[in-house]
Amino acid sequence: MRKSIRLYFMYVSAILKSSMQYKASFFLMIAGRFFIGFNEFLGIYFLFSGFSDIKGYTYGEVLMCYSVMEMSFALSECIASGFSSFAGIIKRGEFDRILVRPLSPVLQVLGSRFDLARIGPMITGVIMLVLGIQSCQISWTAGRVITLIFMIAGGTVLFTGLFLAGASICFFSIAETKLVNILTYGGKTHGKYPIDIYGKNMMKFCTYVIPYTLVQYYPLQYLLGKTDTWQYALFPFGTPVFLGLSYMLWRAGVRHYKSSGS
Amino acid sequence: MKKYFSFFRIQFCFGVQYRSAFLSAIVTQIPWGLMECLAYHTLHASNTESFPMEFSALTSYIWLKEAFLLLFSTWMTDNEIFDLILNGDVSYELCRPVSIYDMWFARSMGGRMFSASLRCVPILLIALLLPRPYNLSLPQSAAAFWLFVLTLLLGVFVAVAFCMLVYILSFFTLSPQGLRMLMTGAVEFLSGATLPLPFIPYPVRKVLELLPFASMQNVPFRVYSGDLSGTDCMYAIFLQLFWLAVLVFLGKLLCRCAERRIVVQGG
Repeated sequence: MRKSIRLYFMYVSAILKSSMQYKASFFLMIAGRFFIGFNEFLGIYFLFSGFSDIKGYTYGEVLMCYSVMEMSFALSECIASGFSSFAGIIKRGEFDRILVRPLSPVLQVLGSRFDLARIGPMITGVIMLVLGIQSCQISWTAGRVITLIFMIAGGTVLFTGLFLAGASICFFSIAETKLVNILTYGGKTHGKYPIDIYGKNMMKFCTYVIPYTLVQYYPLQYLLGKTDTWQYALFPFGTPVFLGLSYMLWRAGVRHYKSSGS
Repeated sequence: MKKYFSFFRIQFCFGVQYRSAFLSAIVTQIPWGLMECLAYHTLHASNTESFPMEFSALTSYIWLKEAFLLLFSTWMTDNEIFDLILNGDVSYELCRPVSIYDMWFARSMGGRMFSASLRCVPILLIALLLPRPYNLSLPQSAAAFWLFVLTLLLGVFVAVAFCMLVYILSFFTLSPQGLRMLMTGAVEFLSGATLPLPFIPYPVRKVLELLPFASMQNVPFRVYSGDLSGTDCMYAIFLQLFWLAVLVFLGKLLCRCAERRIVVQGG
């Protein structure tokens, strides 16, 4: 285990060194990604200049919700971007090479990419969080701070699980890889509002099928002081279960793998 | 004119080979549009009086946006053109007895028309059949429909003319990725893809509506539902024509500069 962790950091430092060779393009990428994330913020800002609330959620509360999703998505894309570009590895027949090495395939795929330019949307997320906190007047307690950290960490685990599941689908069919985008990008974009505004059926889907509500709606209720049920703060601990299920799918995929040949 | 039509046709036929990729893209776009409709429905329920558009006009806007996504998405640029410039193959393009600007313009139109024409039919059909109030309604009148077709075409021309500027600028910068991200990031918001322009409050909105970005998808999608009609509509069409002329003129001018000082990379 310790060896794997050390190896992973060696992978990461090699990738960082190579991306630092093109400094100008690296910083332009960060700026570009920052602006793309900033668009959604502008959208919320202007939308709420005309309206006071959406189903009882104010401007600041929506910002808090979206910043959590944006930050956890950016973190997850930074770490797990090897999974999101996994279709290419299968297509080029590179997975054969990964299988013959004496190291876990997951670690090698994770180590194949580390996208530091995701700092861009991370900055957007932090700005929104600060603006959200300013306009919300939450009475901060230790419990609420920890809840916020749990939400971001849980969200990162959830999105990583989705990326892993998306990569696992590549073992079965290359053509349908876009399908999982609606769950990852879609989850982030539409997760800007607490899920309950989308109605009861969507709440059920987002709890029992893809557990977005565990990191978003339920802990948010406690964070914003809309409920006293402190147990909601622990809901993000459900996401590792989802990651585990994704990992089982991955294992099934590896067993199913037939080389595309080259 | 005939040769440019051929470039259009080649790119169109080239795209037809990737059918399955489009099929899965369609499956993702329907839920995407539905989620947007649901969110705006809740917003409408909380703020019925101050809602700036008819709700049916808004859902039509959302579904047309999904159906014609690839016509207007400036992030879906023709990577082949960037590659040509970066790897030096542009020298072959320069040898051809055609105007490079017109050729790339025709190719971009072909690529966009193809990807959109394949996607839009199933999305439009499903959107028309959805239960009210989330459905795409039929156009207000026959006149509105034909105006929609006209402004849609003009809008695509403006979008392509804008993308041409990005292509030609990479003759000078050689790093298209960063430039492309900055440009497309700005367009997403300014053209009303993130938030329809009527939702933006008054002074800012007035400025945005004058910019060339408002002449892309904003005009046809609002004409369709009658949100934009009468003299406002005529004014919008005039602006579309104006910006098209300006962007094409700028593009051709830049193109001529680039051709004069071109340094071909590699050999």
